[in-house]
Amino acid sequence: MKNNEPVIAVRGLTKRFGDFTAVDGISFEVGRGEIFGFLGANGAGKTTAMRMLCGLSRPTAGEGVVAGCDIASDYEGIKRRIGYMSQRFSLYTCLTVTENLRLFATIYGLGSKEFSIRSAELYRWLGMEPMKDSLVGSLPVGWKQKLAFAAATIHRPEIVFLDEPTGGVDPVTRRKFWELIYKAASDGMTVFVTTHYLDEAEYCDRVSIMVDGRVKALDSPRNLKARYGAETMDEVFRIVAKEAQRTD
Amino acid sequence: MGIFLSLVNKEALHILRDRRTMLITLLMPLALLLLFGFAISTEVNNVRVVVALDGHSDQTREVIDQLRANEYLSFSGIVPATEAEAVIRRGDADAALVMRQDKGILERQIVVDAANPIVGRSAAAYLQGMMAGSADSPVLTTTLYNPQLKSAYNFVPGIMGMIFILICAIMTSVSIVSEKENGTMDLLLVSPVRPRSIIFGKLVPYFLLSCVILAIMLVVAYTLLEIPFSASVGLVIALSLLYIVLSLSVGLLVSALVDTQLSALIVSAVLFMLPVIMLSGMIFPIENMPVILQWLSSVIPARWYISAMRKLMIQQVGIAEILQEVAILAAMTALLLVAAVRKSNRKS
Amino acid sequence: MKSAIEVRDLVKSYSQVKALDGISLSVGEGELFGLIGPDGAGKSSLYRILATLAAPDSGRAEVCGLDTGREYCKIRTLVGYMPERFSLYPDMTVMENLRFFATLFGVSVKESYPLIAPVFAQLAKFPDRMAGALSGGMKQKLALSCALIHRPSVLLLDEPTTGVDAVSRSEFWDMLAGLKSSGITILVSTSYMDEAARCERVAMIDRGKILVTDTPRKLVAGIGENLYNAEASDMFRLLTALRQYPGIRDCYTFGATLHIVAEPSFNPAEAVRRLAAEGIGDARIYPAKGDIEDLFIKLTRDEKQ
Repeated sequence: MKNNEPVIAVRGLTKRFGDFTAVDGISFEVGRGEIFGFLGANGAGKTTAMRMLCGLSRPTAGEGVVAGCDIASDYEGIKRRIGYMSQRFSLYTCLTVTENLRLFATIYGLGSKEFSIRSAELYRWLGMEPMKDSLVGSLPVGWKQKLAFAAATIHRPEIVFLDEPTGGVDPVTRRKFWELIYKAASDGMTVFVTTHYLDEAEYCDRVSIMVDGRVKALDSPRNLKARYGAETMDEVFRIVAKEAQRTD
Repeated sequence: MGIFLSLVNKEALHILRDRRTMLITLLMPLALLLLFGFAISTEVNNVRVVVALDGHSDQTREVIDQLRANEYLSFSGIVPATEAEAVIRRGDADAALVMRQDKGILERQIVVDAANPIVGRSAAAYLQGMMAGSADSPVLTTTLYNPQLKSAYNFVPGIMGMIFILICAIMTSVSIVSEKENGTMDLLLVSPVRPRSIIFGKLVPYFLLSCVILAIMLVVAYTLLEIPFSASVGLVIALSLLYIVLSLSVGLLVSALVDTQLSALIVSAVLFMLPVIMLSGMIFPIENMPVILQWLSSVIPARWYISAMRKLMIQQVGIAEILQEVAILAAMTALLLVAAVRKSNRKS
Repeated sequence: MKSAIEVRDLVKSYSQVKALDGISLSVGEGELFGLIGPDGAGKSSLYRILATLAAPDSGRAEVCGLDTGREYCKIRTLVGYMPERFSLYPDMTVMENLRFFATLFGVSVKESYPLIAPVFAQLAKFPDRMAGALSGGMKQKLALSCALIHRPSVLLLDEPTTGVDAVSRSEFWDMLAGLKSSGITILVSTSYMDEAARCERVAMIDRGKILVTDTPRKLVAGIGENLYNAEASDMFRLLTALRQYPGIRDCYTFGATLHIVAEPSFNPAEAVRRLAAEGIGDARIYPAKGDIEDLFIKLTRDEKQ
């Protein structure tokens, strides 16, 4: 089972832009090796909250620790200990698979020996050995997705942040990607993921739902469904998000 | 509001709401004109000249007096004849005038430091001119059109030639391509509006903006830079308007050929800006270029615009003298406009 | 029923890639027709042809009985097109955008307002906000309002719900149902399989080919596979165990449970016993009803074989 030691712990995290409060005092903890689903309606403040957790934006108020680093002061520490993958797989399409991985390895300060060990490990793990010299632009979407995940985790981060990693992807590829997430989590990596596919919320250990800048619900999918008397997470989301006041 | 007006209005909103870009487009021409007009000068002043000789005579004294009197040359002392090169090598002088008495005849030699060729060439020319004047039959030089030899006069047409390509070609192509990038161009194209209206709706606001810039530049040129005001100003305006239309067509053609704002910017800058600066005669005289570059320069519209503008602004000649340039520019405009409209209308 | 969109053997290639590989479909007048498939399936290429923005390499496309090649001018007044991204002018306000598109089509906002009112209502509260400052859901509604402003008879919506949250998506489909009832033909594409149920008929598209076309109900009924749900506390372990199990063709996650595609000979009770012997004591296996995602997974699996 999961270790109880939290790798993310935030209290009263707040971000204001002028008189608009995008994130309004959210508090939660994420345990090591947990798959944490971070849901919310458009404009609920998900992206802003995630940017603060990744050390890309300074909180207006509140405190927190991500991978042992203070989110208000130790940006550089956070960036070294986390991985990030966005919805648009940010890979260089005119480079080969290996060249892409080597680039990210260099960015995170891996030596060439370390890189050859780690990349061999990733190729084996992802089954990418045969296409390691192919240009990324020529790969099917499923492989690009795997590679983006490999690039985000090349430096063995404690936490990987996945921002809508499966948007617009077909059901088969989407499922394969989630199996990858499962594998990574069972190896002890913490996975923090946002998605618009609510069936994917069912795969998370715990799910938080943000509404109007606040965390309105946070529990395991099973408990949430029981609490709201819902059959699926889709229903839970609708019930919780209906309370939204912000229309923009 | 009619469709066309509404397109123009939309474009005007884009221009007006992007304050920073608008400010740059209005201030840059002003800054360039003032910079070239006052600060940067290709005139060479204060050429330091030493006189190298072994003994004085009346003739050498006369030369030294002339040297002291010359406003472009500054007399920097007398050294032994053998020292001439050493003084220049040390950087203590830009030129040396070596004089030796040989069998009663004064032999004169000019030694110049051509590390900076412009200074070197000017120094040699000044010294030759000075000594030619000392001969029995002095050569009289009369400067026409630009009696004060002000380089600003030369630069005003050049800067105008550059600015309009810059603003018209870059701004129109970037604005059209940005609509391609964010997908609004598709929405315009699927509406019943004719592609022609879309294109002219884009061009008209930038044409007006260019007219404002033209007005600013002409006011500065004729007042602050003291270019003599004469009847040719009407022709200057007409010629500039033709050149603006040409530049807009260039922008249009670029926008039809590329798909991203970045490539629009690069194509406009590299393909049009650089040749305008290097090959149009704005800085380097075309007559001094290798023949191949001279041919190349003749396909650059700015070359003809700048050449005609110099004739109009500095020589103050009439239309008869610039017919060739006008004809070439008009032909280029027609060609570009047809190509651009055709390319833009093509279906993918 | 007369058809509003008629497409025959459409082929379109971009350099090396075959975006459309012989597509045929027909959408009836007043129908709400869904085009379902992942990114890169060829949906946008089809839309660009129907919107008269691109010409096919071969094949024929008609909208409202008009040829997209020869009679594109007439089509443009009859069609409302909403491209993949919500294409608006970000530096113009909500009202300026709406008015601009109204003048393009020579109509006034006022005369079209009754049609767009249900879509525009929420936006009407802040007419002076810049379109670039709107959230995804609001941009989507503004883009739809602009596509509707000239009261088109055919609405072409290319992935209107991508990147939009589940609640806004569901509101959006309610609006489409409303528009359909006013007689507008709607061709809408999506990569969310669950949205298929909101369409009258759907075509599933993948790699430039249409896999199947029918009503969502008939499609789901016709899966014709032996489907079971499976669940246990450790789902990932269950998944790996079941994949090794004889008599199971495929096993994949499906929301809170796993779906098993089994051979007719598969015996669930037997499987539960054997899983318990392997240390997965709390496994439950029971028959499942398939849905449109199961169908897509089946069709792409069949295609491979």
